[in-house]
Amino acid sequence: MLVSTKWLKDYVKIDGIPVNELAERITRSGIEVDGIIDRSHGMTNVVVGHVLECVKHPEADKLNICQVDVGEETTQIICGAANIAAGQKVIVARPGAVLPGNFKIKKAKLRGEESNGMICSLQELAIDGKLVPKAYAEGIYVLPEDAVVGSNALELMGLDDSVLEFDLTPNRSDALSMLGVAYEVAAILDQEIEQPTATYTASTKKAEDVLKLRVEAKEENPMYVAKVIENVKIQESPLWLQNRLMAAGIRPHNNVVDVTNYVLLEYGQPLHAFDYNRLETGEIVVRLANEGEKITTLDETERTLKANHLVITNGVEPVAVAGVMGGANSEVHDGTTTIVLESAYFTGASVRQTSKDLGLGSDASTRFEKGVDPNRVVPAIERAAALIAELAEGEVLEGSVMVDELDKTPVRITISPDYINSRLGMKISLEEMLSILHRLKVDVEAVNGQLVIDAPTRRQDIRIKEDVIEEIARMYGYDHIPMTLPVTESKPGGLTPYQQQRRTVKAFLEGAGLYETLTYSLTSEKSSQKYALETAPVTKLLMPISEERSVLRQSILPHLLEATTYNVARRNDSVALYEVSSVFLDEESDGLPKEVAHVAAVVTGKWVDHAWQGETKKVDFFVMKGIIEGLMEKLGLTTGVTFEKATLDGMHPGRTANIFVGDKRVGFVGQLHPTVQNERDLKETYVFEMNLDQILAVQLEKLIYTPVPRFPAISRDIALVVASETSAHTLEKVIRRAGGKLLTSVKLFDLYEGDNVEEGKKSIAFSLTYQDPARTLTDEEVVKAHDKVLAALTSEAGALLRG
Amino acid sequence: MEERLNALKEEVLAKIKEASNSKALNDVRVAYLGRKGPITDLLKGMGKLPAEERPKMGALVNVIRESVTEVLEERMAKLEEEAINAQLEKESIDVTLPGRPVQTGNHHPLTRVVEEIEDFFISMGYAVSEGPEVEKDYYNFEALNLPKGHPARDMQDSFYITEDVLLRTHTSPVQARTMEAKKGQPIQIICPGKVYRRDSDDATHSHQFTQIEGLVVGENIRMSDLKGTLSLFAKKMFGEEREIRLRPSFFPFTEPSVEMDISCFKCGGDGCNVCKKTGWIEILGAGMVHPNVLEMAGYDSTVMSGFAFGMGPERIAMLKYGIEDIRHFYTNDVRFITQFHEANA
Repeated sequence: MLVSTKWLKDYVKIDGIPVNELAERITRSGIEVDGIIDRSHGMTNVVVGHVLECVKHPEADKLNICQVDVGEETTQIICGAANIAAGQKVIVARPGAVLPGNFKIKKAKLRGEESNGMICSLQELAIDGKLVPKAYAEGIYVLPEDAVVGSNALELMGLDDSVLEFDLTPNRSDALSMLGVAYEVAAILDQEIEQPTATYTASTKKAEDVLKLRVEAKEENPMYVAKVIENVKIQESPLWLQNRLMAAGIRPHNNVVDVTNYVLLEYGQPLHAFDYNRLETGEIVVRLANEGEKITTLDETERTLKANHLVITNGVEPVAVAGVMGGANSEVHDGTTTIVLESAYFTGASVRQTSKDLGLGSDASTRFEKGVDPNRVVPAIERAAALIAELAEGEVLEGSVMVDELDKTPVRITISPDYINSRLGMKISLEEMLSILHRLKVDVEAVNGQLVIDAPTRRQDIRIKEDVIEEIARMYGYDHIPMTLPVTESKPGGLTPYQQQRRTVKAFLEGAGLYETLTYSLTSEKSSQKYALETAPVTKLLMPISEERSVLRQSILPHLLEATTYNVARRNDSVALYEVSSVFLDEESDGLPKEVAHVAAVVTGKWVDHAWQGETKKVDFFVMKGIIEGLMEKLGLTTGVTFEKATLDGMHPGRTANIFVGDKRVGFVGQLHPTVQNERDLKETYVFEMNLDQILAVQLEKLIYTPVPRFPAISRDIALVVASETSAHTLEKVIRRAGGKLLTSVKLFDLYEGDNVEEGKKSIAFSLTYQDPARTLTDEEVVKAHDKVLAALTSEAGALLRG
Repeated sequence: MEERLNALKEEVLAKIKEASNSKALNDVRVAYLGRKGPITDLLKGMGKLPAEERPKMGALVNVIRESVTEVLEERMAKLEEEAINAQLEKESIDVTLPGRPVQTGNHHPLTRVVEEIEDFFISMGYAVSEGPEVEKDYYNFEALNLPKGHPARDMQDSFYITEDVLLRTHTSPVQARTMEAKKGQPIQIICPGKVYRRDSDDATHSHQFTQIEGLVVGENIRMSDLKGTLSLFAKKMFGEEREIRLRPSFFPFTEPSVEMDISCFKCGGDGCNVCKKTGWIEILGAGMVHPNVLEMAGYDSTVMSGFAFGMGPERIAMLKYGIEDIRHFYTNDVRFITQFHEANA
């Protein structure tokens, strides 16, 4: 909503208050003023001129040489506008003037002819081209004949004005009208309101004699008022009216249409004017449209209607989409002599539905959607009738044609001052509350210490007690509310164990060198299940913005890889990223997909980068595995975590493992398949993705300390030659089983394949530690246990002992 | 005998002087003072002396032995010191060479902001509540006083999955779920999480972003409690000198509703480019829980009341760190993320 302060002065006294102060006070008490537009843009030296003579420039087809009386003198100005003509009153920027955009006007010579200033279009005065009346949209603006030569043209055009830009919240539709704004400003400034007048002399002819009205859809249209005005002269509106419309962002058309728009802005009540003769039937019937029924609206677009759309018809065919836009077939035009003026109450839900279905909004539909004041339907049409009588010399027929089943009783709210104060934490007196409500022009009485309020129908947002509390608080001033803290039963807050563990995971991974990322949950259908740990039906959007973001992901890795490629492409060769986020599995439970927290990571490039001491290492499988093992240990999963070689889509078949906790697969780790690396422009890249919820759900035993051993441990190393495919894990299992209770630790410390080892075999060495917490072990005991291990390795794993 | 002793002394002292390292010196010690050395021999030969000379000669031998030992030890200490000095000289390094890097990562800036907010409210006794990102229309809208067809729904163009299921547009449904589950009991929670709106991504819009909301419900919770809580929060987050102001606003789930500004942390309120010359920066929306919301969740709104607030960690991070484009948070450029390494900035 654009509020001209010049116009606002018609209703409320704001002279003497600087506009920025006014804006601030409005903002602080409830309606955000987003900006202040100075319509003068600092322009000076712009005056009314009279074109005395206008001849073609001898040297240029498109230029005219004009002799213009600017009051002080008659001067020559060259003008290129096609619509310039002798006899016109025009807007002249004199030499020395500065127009918007720091456009300085100087004396100049154009093709040898002197030009002392410029004849202006409205666009040159910073009026949006969309608002300039069509007749002047392509050329200079022509002023009315009675414009006084030499006078200030900015004043004449109403540009000595500041416009407040309101950013209205949906509840404050009352401020979609100048009167509504006036009520608000009057409450802030504690002032009275000057109401608009509507006086005219009605003709003796009665409206009901020429127009019949029938409303068939009273639920959607509980009130419809129509007046008939004869002998109107369609012409340009007076300048003051055009100026106000342009200031409010509406393009002037002709006096009748302009008046309907003006009253819409003034009262917030949309009006519409039909050409009576074009209606043809002398009848108005409001009904729901027939499914598929067509109408061409004022914007010359054919619209196909649905059965729940409300239409105004002439009894035969639609002549307007109710509350949204008029039909082209009944439009007021230059030759119109009789009009039917409509003021109605269409319900918000009905207009919203129609507007949404047709993809068509208007100043009218915006207001109906939010709910107009039932008590302004009649005053608005009377005001419009009076203006049309005055400006179009029309004869208003007596009375109105009306259907009225609209409930206009105000909402009654009874509330005690104590309740208000208890909710605010304040001590505002009853008198103060009454004074605030009086300033808001709210009907209120104090009955037995209670406030009994009849909420004004113009304020659709005042319905319940809390609305009254808000009105009192905002007018009293939020600055006056004290600062306290809630007094509640004290209960400890804090993170749940799950939330705490999730923080531990992040801290560990960051400590290990990975950076946290956040990527989008929405992805393309194609990549939604890539690298997923388990797949389920995909959750799809009904109306995605793009295919790229059309479904919810079931794995994090695809987006994490995207981020990796992005970074590598920008010469960050070494990238280490992780993310903890939910994935979505559409396994119907209670109508929502299952959301599972995953943790995923990508590492590529150098892992150790300490070149000057000769320590530079690329990332490899065991870096990622080490991170996972470390994380599991941090989470208390010291045993039961195993890795098994796996073949997975998109992964290197020889360098990928499934990760198990107990017998549950919780994720995988490995190198990307080289073809995937190539597709994504990556070098050797390692990844993992795990189901974090599953890992964190493992029940841990309580931590109890084990006494530090007091007796020495004894170490024995074994070197073995085994078949290449025998896994370290298999050997370790054999060793541990055979070693029994005394064997406390098994550590792999050497691995070799190549020269001196038979083809198809590898040399592998373990360091074994034997210990008894209760005593010192004897040599014999250790030898006995160790021999068992060696025997088991030979027989169960086909190992050959070396050295 | 005495002469021989003195000659021997001179000889040893000369050898000690000659010895240029600790090994050579040790050889001297062994050669002269050892069990097979001449001094020991002399002492052994004492038996041959007349009894009256023995004490005198014994004392003399001991004096010579002690004085030689002393000189030798002095010399030894000096040689060892020289040797250590030489070794230290050799071991000297360029301490300005780079150290072996300890590679650590860091939080995403949004996690950092969210955890900072969480930790403040946890210290005030709040619990952290979370809920599904894919939500029922009921919890996302209806339970929050936004029935179907409510005009305020236009404010939030949403990603629907079905007619009744959508990607949540705010974390408020967590509040609705918590209230429903608490069955009339007092509540003190904050709800962080991802939310989604049907926006095209640009410098100031993101179809996915984060939100953190708070809810307190109890007997006689007042608007002054909201103001006091938010004021403490603003000081914690943006500095002790911050002041707050509340402006009336509108949210369907609160009444009255407010927006909170803080005094500009860059210029202190004088007006600068951060606060767009106003001295104030809009930080969050808040209000008293709408009685319809309380009633729908089974609370008696005449007895119980509450306040709620909500803010966007993206906006707070953008203000705090001077980030100009919301897309940076989701591009994951390491040159961006690694800037948030410092622990306390």
